[in-house]
Amino acid sequence: MATNGTANLTMIEAIRDAHAVAMERDETVVVFGQDVGFFGGVFRCTQGLQERFGKHRCFDAPINESGIVGAAIGMAAYGMRPCVEIQFADYMYPAYDQIVSEAARLRYRSAGDFHAPLTIRMPTGGGIFGGQTHSQSPEALFTHVAGLKTVVPSNPVDAKGLLIAAIEDNDPVVVLEPKRLYNGPFDGHHDRPIVPWSKHPLGVVPEGHYAIPLGQARVHRPGDEVTVLTYGTTVFVAEAAAEETGIDAEVIDLRSLVPLDLEAVVASVTKTGRCVVLHEATMTSGFGAELVALVQEHALYSLEAPVLRVAGWDTPYPHAQEWHYFPGPQRVAEALKSVMSS
Amino acid sequence: MGDAGVDAAAELSTPRFVVPEPGYRHGERIGFDDLALTAAGEVRRPDPDTDAESIRDLAFALIRVLDEDGTAVGPWAGTLSDDELVAGLRDMLLVRAFDARMLRSQRQGKTSFYIQSLGEEAVACAHRRAQRAGDMNFPTYRQQGLLIASDYPLVAMINQIYSNRDDPMKGHQLPVMYSSRQHGFFTVSGNLATQFVQAVGWAMAAAISGSDHVASAWIGDGATAESDYHAGMVFASTYRPPVVLNVVNNQWAISTFQGLARGGAGTFAARGLGFGIASLRVDGNDYLAVHAVSQWAIERARQGLGPTLIEWVTYRVGAHSTSDDPSAYRPNEEVAAWPLGDPVARLRDHLIGQGVWSKESHDEAVSEVDAAVRDAESEAEAHGTLRSDDAASPALIFEDLFENLTPHLHRQRQQLGY
Repeated sequence: MATNGTANLTMIEAIRDAHAVAMERDETVVVFGQDVGFFGGVFRCTQGLQERFGKHRCFDAPINESGIVGAAIGMAAYGMRPCVEIQFADYMYPAYDQIVSEAARLRYRSAGDFHAPLTIRMPTGGGIFGGQTHSQSPEALFTHVAGLKTVVPSNPVDAKGLLIAAIEDNDPVVVLEPKRLYNGPFDGHHDRPIVPWSKHPLGVVPEGHYAIPLGQARVHRPGDEVTVLTYGTTVFVAEAAAEETGIDAEVIDLRSLVPLDLEAVVASVTKTGRCVVLHEATMTSGFGAELVALVQEHALYSLEAPVLRVAGWDTPYPHAQEWHYFPGPQRVAEALKSVMSS
Repeated sequence: MGDAGVDAAAELSTPRFVVPEPGYRHGERIGFDDLALTAAGEVRRPDPDTDAESIRDLAFALIRVLDEDGTAVGPWAGTLSDDELVAGLRDMLLVRAFDARMLRSQRQGKTSFYIQSLGEEAVACAHRRAQRAGDMNFPTYRQQGLLIASDYPLVAMINQIYSNRDDPMKGHQLPVMYSSRQHGFFTVSGNLATQFVQAVGWAMAAAISGSDHVASAWIGDGATAESDYHAGMVFASTYRPPVVLNVVNNQWAISTFQGLARGGAGTFAARGLGFGIASLRVDGNDYLAVHAVSQWAIERARQGLGPTLIEWVTYRVGAHSTSDDPSAYRPNEEVAAWPLGDPVARLRDHLIGQGVWSKESHDEAVSEVDAAVRDAESEAEAHGTLRSDDAASPALIFEDLFENLTPHLHRQRQQLGY
């Protein structure tokens, strides 16, 4: 039930709402990508926008990711605020040169003569039996690039507020949307019934305009014994592992990887003295490595145990073995027990 | 059928792998046999609202205005007055003098790198004079003529090339990668073809915004092989925005002859036909032809008639860059054998034939542009050079990455000591 000034929304509906709010407030916001116009996107995140704002504001693009991002950069250089969808994060590689060498550097190389206020959305992560080309989590390929901001919402409230902030930001922002969370929070127990967002407080989304500043983490579950640094799909996995082990973990949902809320990270680890880093992406050279490096640099003397990483295996995302690949509550629980026993 | 027929049949029955080669190498007979020249004045000038389908032949012809005697002939003649042509000649002379001076500066160690446009000055200079304020170029690194023909200050260009304390790019960019929104010159990237589809996007935005601004995309013959060239063509074909798609075919991509990127296509202009884009092939060393066709294409775009692809046939007389030695891959005699001549000499001779120019006035103009470049160079050098104490400050490393410095960059800047 919607209360005054809020609505129960799925993450998809919240993203749709964010688009509409941004487009309503600023006529330079345009939305395009494969299937996003008439059909409203394969995940329906842009449904209704073309009908409401017209074909010049929301339209279909040819299947050419480099073209989508490249054209968006040109539009941004003209003075618009394009928000484009890459159908799956796995499909962004043809656009990588445009993202890395162009969008991220336009302001720098022209010393501010041009800039690219551009938002690039893409569904990320596994959990839907998508196999190796519909399941990847390439956030580290963006966080490693100077000049890009990278955010990963984990719930409808954040998805809306972060997307509006991304669109309004004057720098290029990559928004990775965990597709397994589109329709409900997911704790990693894939064999249990799906819980809808309508049964979760983070599905109660404020109406109208609000922006969540990029670079502010959120304490998802307060705790005293160990800090879990995570983002996206695994936020709810960490929460489940804490409940199931009885270990009082503080789950930090980073929300924004670049810029990173280092203060929140350091404050929590300093308080708990233990830390587990959790993400779905492959482990080696993943964003978790950056987090571990920062934790040891800024909170080494508070640590009572080695910092552990829980992540996807360093293999492509397999199809049949999806749930042996996904870092579920059991793997997180083992890590929590391990750091508590050190 | 003789033996040759049997051999041909045997050859056709075998799968082939072809690596295209230029028609000659060092010591062999030089000839641009496959250039497909058309005599000046012969190619018709369709109305700008002609549909692409009915002018397919123009992708294989060569639009030329100046004939062998320097006389302007045919339907594309007459877009510029003699005074405007004199101004155009000065633009080209200035570019040439600027290039010569900057090559010397690079050899003197005042900068790391330079790229000249010797022999192809007409393409950028004449195109720029066909544009209006508010139009935007998405150039490569060899379109300095666009900036110079829009009266961008030479001192600012040299400040950029020298990466000195007054460098408008704050030392962030390789020499010649200028940027000036005000002068319709999008920031040059340095990697290839990315700007081609960006220009299409800019034109899409211009049209969506209801303006009458026109974008000009620029790319070289070699870079048309890149995926982003094709992305640009697809988007231009799909959305029909106001963009002029310029392919500067200067015959060489470093050591790679144009046939390697062109492959089986008859001409680079012909590539546009499958996309349903109006496509023309033009003598890029003919200032009058460049201006006339640019004006035609820009007019088309401004009237909402969609994109135009233009192949400018020209010749890269100099090395690719100061890091290149073309004598290693093409015979030195090729320059003299180039059949479309020198754009400066051709326009000069035309103006002399018109009775508005002379050898004396030409020499005087050359002295004037040399002096202008010399003065600008002295002024810029006073602001520092790359290896001097007045090079762009290390404090600028962290500027203009994001709109506002993020906390982690702030920490890194402090570590650097600024």
